[in-house]
Amino acid sequence: MSVEKNDDPDDSSPAATPSTSSRIASKFAEVQAKADSVLKERTEGGEIFIQVGSATCEHAAGSLAVWDEFQKHIAASERTDIRMRQTGCTGRCSREPIVGVSVPGQMPVTYERVDRALVHEIFTSHVLRGVPLLDQVLDGPVEKLPPYELLVCSSTRCGGKGRKLIEGPLAEKLHAAGLGPDRVQVTQTTCLGACSLEEVGQCTHVLVRPDKVLYRVTSDKDLDDIIQRHLLGGKIVERLCITQESASRQFFEIYGDVAFFNRQNRIALRHNGVIDPESIEEYFHYRGFQALTNVLSQRNPQAVIDEVSRAKLRGRGGGGFPTGKKWAMGAAAEDKIRYLICNADEGDPGAFMDRSMLESDPFNVIEGMIIAGYALSAARGFFYVRAEYPLAIQRIENAIRRCREYGILGDDVLGSGFSFDLEIRLGAGAFVCGEETALIHSIEGERGQPRVRPPYPTESGLWDKPTVINNVETFANVPAIILFGGDWFSRIGTEQSGGTKVFALAGKVTHTGLVEVPLGSTLHEVVEEIGGGAPKGKRIKAIQTGGPAGGCIPAASLDLRIDYDTLLKAGSIMGSGGMIVLDEDDCMVDIAKYFMKFSEDESCGKCTPCREGTKRMSEILERITAGQGTLDDLEKLNRLGNLIKKASLCGLGRAAPNPVLSTLEHFHDEYLAHVTERRCPARRCTALIRYEIDPEKCVGCTLCAKNCPVPCIDGVRREPHVIDQTRCVKCGRCFEVCRFGAVNRL
Amino acid sequence: MTTTSTNNWEEVRAAAQAALTEPIVRYIEQCNAGPEPASQLISVLHKVQSHFGYLGPEQLDAVAQLLQIPAAKVAGVASFYHFFRLQPHGRFRINVCLGTACYVKGAERVAQRIMDELGITWGETSKDGVFTLEGSRCLGTCGLAPVVMIDDEIHASVTPDQVPAILEKYLERARQGPAA
Ligand SMILES: Cc1cc2nc3c(=O)[nH]c(=O)nc-3n(C[C@H](O)[C@H](O)[C@H](O)COP(=O)(O)O)c2cc1C
Ligand code: SF4
Ligand code: SF4
Ligand code: SF4
Ligand code: FES
Repeated sequence: MSVEKNDDPDDSSPAATPSTSSRIASKFAEVQAKADSVLKERTEGGEIFIQVGSATCEHAAGSLAVWDEFQKHIAASERTDIRMRQTGCTGRCSREPIVGVSVPGQMPVTYERVDRALVHEIFTSHVLRGVPLLDQVLDGPVEKLPPYELLVCSSTRCGGKGRKLIEGPLAEKLHAAGLGPDRVQVTQTTCLGACSLEEVGQCTHVLVRPDKVLYRVTSDKDLDDIIQRHLLGGKIVERLCITQESASRQFFEIYGDVAFFNRQNRIALRHNGVIDPESIEEYFHYRGFQALTNVLSQRNPQAVIDEVSRAKLRGRGGGGFPTGKKWAMGAAAEDKIRYLICNADEGDPGAFMDRSMLESDPFNVIEGMIIAGYALSAARGFFYVRAEYPLAIQRIENAIRRCREYGILGDDVLGSGFSFDLEIRLGAGAFVCGEETALIHSIEGERGQPRVRPPYPTESGLWDKPTVINNVETFANVPAIILFGGDWFSRIGTEQSGGTKVFALAGKVTHTGLVEVPLGSTLHEVVEEIGGGAPKGKRIKAIQTGGPAGGCIPAASLDLRIDYDTLLKAGSIMGSGGMIVLDEDDCMVDIAKYFMKFSEDESCGKCTPCREGTKRMSEILERITAGQGTLDDLEKLNRLGNLIKKASLCGLGRAAPNPVLSTLEHFHDEYLAHVTERRCPARRCTALIRYEIDPEKCVGCTLCAKNCPVPCIDGVRREPHVIDQTRCVKCGRCFEVCRFGAVNRL
Repeated sequence: MTTTSTNNWEEVRAAAQAALTEPIVRYIEQCNAGPEPASQLISVLHKVQSHFGYLGPEQLDAVAQLLQIPAAKVAGVASFYHFFRLQPHGRFRINVCLGTACYVKGAERVAQRIMDELGITWGETSKDGVFTLEGSRCLGTCGLAPVVMIDDEIHASVTPDQVPAILEKYLERARQGPAA
């Protein structure tokens, strides 16, 4: 296929021409130096750093007040060596606000659920006196912070060498040297990303915290040197040092001690919680725009597409279309005016990974987009962002402005002759606008209704021009692929799909938040090992993936390996990464009804099967949960569902029946209980439950009667109370307020 | 494109400005000077709504005039998108997240409690004009579910029992005087 190039006088061959390359290199060095000096000025004199998370979720948890409180404390202390930094979110929703404190020579400490009172304690104890609060550390308490921690990369991709090392020679040698866990903590990690620097399986990578030293260990002699010279002698073993930045090194330097994190692979999220999302200077500092510079200097758009293809990167927006292939189609289009769109509509209710990436590392997404723009010879790109994400919008606006100031966006990007700029377009609360043709209509200022494909947008998209649309996370992976190579990326993941996937873990799970794992990891690893299972000792019943277009995977299939194809086979889809954990209290019929109502409300109404079909299915489900369903209704759901799947025009209609069909398949018994026994096994469907007071347990405290909105609870103080079933509206308030467990839900 | 398509531009502009605001009119003129001005309709509507709180008929009309888009189309777009409100709202907008994560953590019962307390249902404004109740698809803070956003403040992990106290906080603010 033909390779499109910019009309640049140097550009007579796809190979690098020295003049352009050196111009780009010197321009890049120049902006880097500028960024460096700005950064230096900002941090000059700083010794102790306090970092506070700043993202929608962090703010909701109270991080803005925490920030102000630290500011006041610093001012009052009159110390000049303390600096504050904002970072995005690490993805630990249930533990926010998250605060990090780093004191030179000491282990960096991450605190959870920080409030004003805790700020005072952290400041007076840790910041001023160097004594960390061990009770308050993330996922703590811990008994002691050892002076050293060794993070040993134990990825099975690297042959599992790390684990053998930990259990064998490392344990023995540390023991022989008298270094117990109170002196040197050894932690097994899933992947430090150091495999991005060399052939896998050649060595074991060991990261020494807090010294930020990454070692390459191949022999017992290496271990001896590290123990004797570094851990005992305090001197870095230069011979074994890796000085280059690997894919996730900086992340683990800060968060490597936390099991929730060190069981993950951080690529798309590698800067989340590490860098200040509003500072392009910090982004430069973490090798930002290096990938772009490499691409521009190489002057070969086709090579970029090849690299992305080699990476086996597949679209993270849900469909899983190979990204390299999509780009190649866009690049092959006849028309030379081409557009690029980043789909940041994130419509799946229950998914928030795109929001987090945009709020925590917007420059990375932008860099991915510029690289894509170059590969396609597009001059204009668009961010289509949902209006419900004001902070994300603000951060992208800022990032675009900063990029223009540094010559990263606009005319003649980094002196390469390639021009590219970005605009933001807002959604307005229509789920269907995540669908690519509807999205295009929306950007054009029209009602967001889909149209028939083909033609696909790569042929005829925005203003009828060839248009490539990718998801936020898809773009977020691109800089890492360029920096560390498509081969490396493809090795993470499965045969068909390279890299990782970020999941937004929510619902009935102990650790809600963002989890990035290699494709091919099991649901068990994500939900149980990283997510900590269901809270309150409940049993997990199912995992919902793919949102309204997906399905429910029963707990019995937790060992399923997560990939586009396996999830499809299991009756669900990968979707964009929403993962909702359901436990024994969730009724699967009710969940199916919830999604069906969602699709009914969001159907754009253009085609009948979807518009009318979703309404019919909702009605049937309503009937079933009201205890008025019949066996025939189950049959009807099946028939209708399959019809809508086949006959609808766009992906919304075609996927809308999935939640119903998958629960009908995997949880048939629950449907049966509703229609044949008029019973809701999860005791969720109000029409099928009642509340009763156990006279044996009731002490007559009157609390329930006071809280009943009807009111329909009778009884005198210190006597058992009784519910008048004919008037009870089953709001469940009596059940919640009784402190004696006397109210039963039957 | 510029003013050439109509020669009564100054008049149109003056009428539109009366219905909108000077900065919005200037924004629209900026859009008109750039490529594909008609495509900016949604962003203009966002600006109008964020200033007026809703899209009234006069505003929609003025936008149609200035962007030179048929009024019917402007109305069609405004009504298609859930985010756009065609009626004024109360002093505070209560936005209960109805996304999946919030739903399974009991958002419906929180919403029910709000309805009980205020005597209103979805889309309605309380009699005293203080609250308008709205639902949203997902606020992106699912890890803190269930979530209720009141104006721009997010309340995390809300239980039905916390509802009266939360509402009281805003009632107190309303008593203290009108918004700045
Ligand atoms: C109803 C519907 C909603 C969608 N919502 C989104 C969305 O919110 N975000 C997204 O990236 N893709 C969404 N998609 C998928 C997009 O149409 C498109 O396939 C995707 O953005 C392509 O990017 P990718 O190849 O990088 O995944 C949706 C599709 C449908 C049918
Ligand atoms: S399937 Fe549904 S959402 Fe898609 S075009 Fe048809 S009616 Fe609209
Ligand atoms: S469920 Fe609600 S209405 Fe029924 S008795 Fe309990 S508090 Fe009263
Ligand atoms: S709250 Fe419980 S113990 Fe108290 S009166 Fe009601 S049922 Fe009895
Ligand atoms: S589901 Fe409520 S914030 Fe996402």
